[in-house]
Amino acid sequence: MSTKFLFIEPMNILSIIPQYHILLEAFLIMWLTWFISKRYYSRDRMLTEDQVEKKLAEWNPEPLINNPQMNHISLNPRRIMSRAEKNAIAAIRKYGVGSCGPRGFYGTVDVHLELEERLANYTDTEEAVVYSYGFSTISSAIAAYCKRRDLVFVDEQVNFAIQKGLDASKTNIIYFKHNDANDLQNLLVKQAKIDEQNPKKATKIKRFLIIEGIYMNTGNICPLPELVALCRQYKLRIFIDESISFGTLGKYGKGITEHFGVPKQEIDMIMGSLDWAMGSIGGFCVGTSFIIEHQRLSGLGYCFSASLPPLLTTAAITSLDIMKNNPQIFKSLRDNCIAINEGLQNIHCLECSSFPESPVKHVYLKNKKDRAAEEQLLSKISNRCIENNLAIITPVYLEAEKNLPRPSLRLCISTLLNKSDIDFAVNVLKKCAEEVLSV
Amino acid sequence: MATQAITRRKLNEHEQKISKNGLTFHEDILANGHAGLQTNGRVQFSEEKTRAEPVKSRSKESFERIPFITAVLTHLGFYILMFLGFINQLLFTPKVAQEYNREGYAPLYENFDTFYLRYVYRRVRDCWNRPICSVPGATVTLKDRITKDYGWTFQFTGTTSECINLGSYNYLGFAEANGKCADQSIETLKKFGCANCSSRLELGNMPIHEELEQLTARFLGVEDAIVFGMGFATNALNLPSLVSKGCLVLSDEKNHASLILGLRLSGATVRVFKHNNVKHLEKCLKTAIVFGQSGTGEPWKKIVIIVEGVYSMEGSIVHLPEILQLKKKYKAYLYLDEAHSTGALGEHGRGVCDYYKIDPREVDILMGTFTKSFGSAGGYIAGTKTLINHLRIHSHAHTYAAAMSPPIAQQIITSMKIISGEDGTDDGKRRTKQLARNTRYFRRRLNQIGVIIYGNEDSPVVPMLVYLFSKIGAVVRTLTTYNIAAVGVGFPATPLMEGRIRFCLSAAHTKQQLDYVLLHIERLADSLGLRYSRKIRDPMPIEYYSDGETE
Repeated sequence: MSTKFLFIEPMNILSIIPQYHILLEAFLIMWLTWFISKRYYSRDRMLTEDQVEKKLAEWNPEPLINNPQMNHISLNPRRIMSRAEKNAIAAIRKYGVGSCGPRGFYGTVDVHLELEERLANYTDTEEAVVYSYGFSTISSAIAAYCKRRDLVFVDEQVNFAIQKGLDASKTNIIYFKHNDANDLQNLLVKQAKIDEQNPKKATKIKRFLIIEGIYMNTGNICPLPELVALCRQYKLRIFIDESISFGTLGKYGKGITEHFGVPKQEIDMIMGSLDWAMGSIGGFCVGTSFIIEHQRLSGLGYCFSASLPPLLTTAAITSLDIMKNNPQIFKSLRDNCIAINEGLQNIHCLECSSFPESPVKHVYLKNKKDRAAEEQLLSKISNRCIENNLAIITPVYLEAEKNLPRPSLRLCISTLLNKSDIDFAVNVLKKCAEEVLSV
Repeated sequence: MATQAITRRKLNEHEQKISKNGLTFHEDILANGHAGLQTNGRVQFSEEKTRAEPVKSRSKESFERIPFITAVLTHLGFYILMFLGFINQLLFTPKVAQEYNREGYAPLYENFDTFYLRYVYRRVRDCWNRPICSVPGATVTLKDRITKDYGWTFQFTGTTSECINLGSYNYLGFAEANGKCADQSIETLKKFGCANCSSRLELGNMPIHEELEQLTARFLGVEDAIVFGMGFATNALNLPSLVSKGCLVLSDEKNHASLILGLRLSGATVRVFKHNNVKHLEKCLKTAIVFGQSGTGEPWKKIVIIVEGVYSMEGSIVHLPEILQLKKKYKAYLYLDEAHSTGALGEHGRGVCDYYKIDPREVDILMGTFTKSFGSAGGYIAGTKTLINHLRIHSHAHTYAAAMSPPIAQQIITSMKIISGEDGTDDGKRRTKQLARNTRYFRRRLNQIGVIIYGNEDSPVVPMLVYLFSKIGAVVRTLTTYNIAAVGVGFPATPLMEGRIRFCLSAAHTKQQLDYVLLHIERLADSLGLRYSRKIRDPMPIEYYSDGETE
């Protein structure tokens, strides 16, 4: 009796529960079995051992390196020469050469804190953070804020470090035309229309604008006041790469904001390099504590890399002192830049559209040709100049660039040049260019 | 052929049963309801099981499993911490900088991140970013700081304290302010200045860089080398020019952030294999080759295995011989990051290849940094001439980033010549030997104390497991009061359960210094309860010189 009862009990349940329920469950079970078996069988078991062996034998990878190409090496002197060697020697005697650790793990030397404080003071910001490599500063800083769902508006001619920072962040990038505030406005209006469809989602999207103070690849200056106005209107945070403009633009060399008289509070973060104007190595970011502090745990190049060697930190501090105490060097640099610019306008076979006060100038051929021909002619001019004791180079770009810049000759102007140097440079360039192009 | 394969597969299955993470795995020894014991080398095991693990490289490695009770307590401790933080957040306003003039903007940071930073990390914030004001040598001078508001802000007291340095990566003791290295660097600084303000492909190239590259190649025993100004950037900016879309990268799960960033930039498909687990790697290789690219099924362009020599958080040494076998068998390429091992491992201080007595030319790409053993900064990539020439043209760092500073390069040249004995002294030999002795002695003594330490017996990175989040802070702070500087690492840098204290040994440490440290660790182990290990302890006193002399 009891056995029978036990046996019948489940059958009764079957008749009680509704039919569709059984169907649904049967379907679910079937689907689950199919799913699991698919995972198991489709992988190892569909292939016999022979087939696996065969596949393994057939596997023929590409060689590690594909055919190497030839390239050329050129010469190029940069701006303010450092007079910081004495202090750097004292730093070696006190701290040794390397710092032997990342900032978190006993790699924070007191000179790092001093440099950060001085940079913040010099740029009139709340806080600064120092990295050990200029390139990594910019790519780490961008990737620390821009995340996958964010929206970043970027000038199409930004330098490679910014491009890599954006790649690392995997964020949504919208490029606008080089230095064209109107194009940016059009894009922002377009985006505003998209946002109207889903306003709730739109309020959660962080928006950024990333530009350079003076563009490394063109020598142009960004129209900062217009861009800042747009940022305020459309609620974009603005990051500026001042690798070139810091220490060169403005009355006290404080960069693009000083040049245009834009208040520092309008800018969310300024990134810069210690490599060029400061005559040391490394990079820094300045801004409000709210923004900068975040990098101390989220900036990959800050957390996971050994800190800047103390001797280079001391050199940067000394350069900063020189810049603070001798504002006349910025005036003489500006005069030099303008003098070179005037000289370049007199060379008729070349054109230079770079900003007159920019210490980086790109000189293009007046008659447009195809890329290879331009490159060849320019490198001929460069070689001829070097033979005549003038070091001018054609900048090297990788093919991985987003928009490969037009081939050019790049001039970097130093405050140390005097009038006869400038005349000499312009005359040699003119002579060499005419010789090469008249052939 | 087929039968052979089947037997091998059976063998694999058998091995999988008895091994986990590439280590010998014992039948669970139930002790007071705790989970079983996982170890090797130290405890005797039966004949059969040794046959399954024939290779020498694993026998010195140990990853003891966390006791069950500790695991529960660790989780509980963490949740209590989070809960208290949550209450804290409700009741008190944080004393941190706020963003102003940005009303109506989307919030810049994730809620959880800020919460974690303010209410969990802040409690132990004083254990990191401690400023120093001396050479990071055998001892280091810390600038004392205090906090009056529970970690929101710090003030300097103006005093300093000299601590025994177990935190810096100064493996061979080349962080020196005097002596040959410093003198020669100063000479170079006088001659060439601090920096040359240009990239290598433009004007940055100097004879000293070429000298350094040739020396590095000679030191490592390969054809050519290229050097960069920053170790992190060496990985992050060169991987994209080596692998690309359509390539498969098999990366160890404990690989450094710079490698992960480099791979993200490269666009290659990345699959992660279990830490130092050769079996899992082989499985991944096999699947990858047999099934090709996901989706299309096309074969991969190339497969690159990326491993590190010594893992900086685990203290383990890569199982290079087995991985090289796999690499050859499956025609993959090997990228070996020797950031922590170059200089610090091997009889001649030439890294992992020297340690295993393997020809370095068998590894396709050798990468390393100059920050650690050489007491300088920067990194290198070494290998065949074709590889290096390719990088000279396509490397991001070589093209765009500033060249290495001359005095920094000089420090590397001098220290490398000392290590390799090219300077005509036996100073280098003495240093590598001293490091090996210190490492063995320190690790054995810790085992004797009964704390759990991870990794290989010969690795100078010694992670000591303390598990609980709050114990990390307690250990670091207590050690500082006894003038010992050590590094604590916790979540999110390690898995939640595996908070640890990391000691980095150096050739500059003396036996007296190590004994002093060990004495205080032993006292701490009693007061905080750190004797987690259930291995059999060696009752005999451990001799300092015994191993170095016999080998």
